[in-house]
Amino acid sequence: MQQTIKQSEIRDFPLFEGQQSYERITGQITSIPMERHPVAWTIMFGLGFIGATSLVMALAWLLINGVGLWGINQPVGWGFDIINFVWWIGIGHAGTLISAILLLLRQAWRMSINRFAEAMTIFAVMCAGLFPLFHTGRPWVAYWLFPIPNWLAMWPQFRSPLEWDVWAVSTYFTVSVLFWYMGLIPDLAKMRDRAKSQLARVLNGVFSLGWRNSAIHWMRWEQAYLLLAGLSTPLVLSVHSIVSLDFAISIIPGWHVTIFPPYFVAGAIFSGFAMVLTLVIPFRIIYPKLSEYITMNHIDWMAKVMLATGWIVFYGYLCEMFFGWYSANQFEQFLVVNRFFGPYWAAYWALIICNGIIPQVLWSPKIRQNLLVLFIISIIVNIGMWFERFVIIVMSLHRDFQTSSWGMYTPTINDWWLFLSTIGFFVMMMFVFARFIPMLAVAELKELWYKLYHGHDGHGGTPTREPKPTAPAPQGGGQ
Amino acid sequence: MAHVETGPKLYGLIAEFETPEQLLEAARRTRDAGYRKFDCYTPFPIHGLTAAMGVREAKVPWTVFICGLLGAIGAFSLQVWTSLVDYPLNIGGRDLLSWPYFVPITFEGMVLAAAFGAFFGTHIYNRMLTYYHPVFNVPQFARASTDRFFVCIESKDPKFNRDEAYQFLQSLNPISIAEVPE
Repeated sequence: MQQTIKQSEIRDFPLFEGQQSYERITGQITSIPMERHPVAWTIMFGLGFIGATSLVMALAWLLINGVGLWGINQPVGWGFDIINFVWWIGIGHAGTLISAILLLLRQAWRMSINRFAEAMTIFAVMCAGLFPLFHTGRPWVAYWLFPIPNWLAMWPQFRSPLEWDVWAVSTYFTVSVLFWYMGLIPDLAKMRDRAKSQLARVLNGVFSLGWRNSAIHWMRWEQAYLLLAGLSTPLVLSVHSIVSLDFAISIIPGWHVTIFPPYFVAGAIFSGFAMVLTLVIPFRIIYPKLSEYITMNHIDWMAKVMLATGWIVFYGYLCEMFFGWYSANQFEQFLVVNRFFGPYWAAYWALIICNGIIPQVLWSPKIRQNLLVLFIISIIVNIGMWFERFVIIVMSLHRDFQTSSWGMYTPTINDWWLFLSTIGFFVMMMFVFARFIPMLAVAELKELWYKLYHGHDGHGGTPTREPKPTAPAPQGGGQ
Repeated sequence: MAHVETGPKLYGLIAEFETPEQLLEAARRTRDAGYRKFDCYTPFPIHGLTAAMGVREAKVPWTVFICGLLGAIGAFSLQVWTSLVDYPLNIGGRDLLSWPYFVPITFEGMVLAAAFGAFFGTHIYNRMLTYYHPVFNVPQFARASTDRFFVCIESKDPKFNRDEAYQFLQSLNPISIAEVPE
């Protein structure tokens, strides 16, 4: 990577702020879990904890009563459960994109956000997994989905995209955890070496597996880390492609289209980057130390990725309209009209406004530097992407081929209860993560700092110079 | 630098350096001096360090490859065996061996097995879960995870002689040299 980063890029787009050293990078990041937590942590954790508790209650209530609590019906058999599943899975994808794809593309700016985004992935996939699990109606026999020999002499239907989903999502979760933990081991060893309390030293020592920074260990660690990145890259593309095949393999109008896999993947990255911004902006305020490593340049690049993927998604919407017309199929054509002017027109136009129109303000460099506006846009994009899944799932199902079987879908209070509770659980997990685990990848940041400045300069960039995102810009520091 | 006493059991001698460049030079010279059983300790992976040490291995990539291959074969065979042999289902006379439909799960099986291979392979080769290691006995070694770079010549090296190794390490101009008790 060393050779590929131009000195001018380092100067104009510093990846560090302020006076840095190996000691400072290590100290700033590992001290966060060791120090007293800020008041904002208590508040946010508390809110998240309420959400997580409410999640337990919502699931208990669901198990007592069954999925009849939900608004799903005939013909709309997939409602909030699948909408939320796809939404959460999509959010998770940015974490893998940042940690794996940007690593392979040698994007130096990923080092500051990968750990954080990977944690987001893991917790988002946990939330996602709940929905199909409970949608089965009998989650206690969910093991039937796995090829375990059982007394029914029954095997899963390996030709079904729903079964592919089981494999894709469980593999994705497992590999994400392995990748995340792999990167974490050396940093936990740093925590162990700097721990002030005996308990912290023992716990970090146990979880760092006796890591002792040996050069030979680092060599194998790097080989494995790169290979895991290489495996995760097609994996993440396969996961959302398979999720999209749940729809595309059927013959329902609006689902049976070939553009679904790439369109779903782009949407996933779009919503994932929005969620990274939604999380990073407040975390930078709660933990000011992070802003030395997650600089305004990083935020700017994330906003640009969001803008670019937003256009891919918007292209997908245009394609869907085109397909509807070009198919010369009355059901496909009706679907497009029904989206525009049908009973759920508000959801469709909300989607166009949230995902297509509002993100266009990101063209302005000033907006990309304005944290408040970016935060609001990122939330709007999250909402827009949720509407996208609503539009795809509910609108195609509620009016298909026969007018006699048309229907309407209205989510019940239990749908909302479960959905909002998973957000609470997600928030709680993010703050638990912030409390106990170094939030940024310390070893990778130090390596990057060494590669950029050879440990000499003592500076992270030139502090007097403002970042200039309007200059003919490399998209990332290390192209 | 205090002269250290020769204990009965010695794991090796460890020298401390300030920069990666010094360490790279030290690793190269240690290798050139004929030492083979030595290791470096650095707070982050340093490009070219293992090459300077003369260590080359590709055990991890091979493990990942073999695991991935076995995962793919395993997942594909599972689907073929259940669909053709154990529980064939005749659905409108469709092909039992509908292999294109088996591709996604074959791929996921490959990735899953390869990732396990990468994770566990690395840790098995690294002998992880070795919670006690002699190098931790050296007080300055705590900085190996922050900002110091170490070379440790181990006593099991056939060329190892305490005094010669000490003098050799001193010629590398380290910040400190210490004995590592077993």
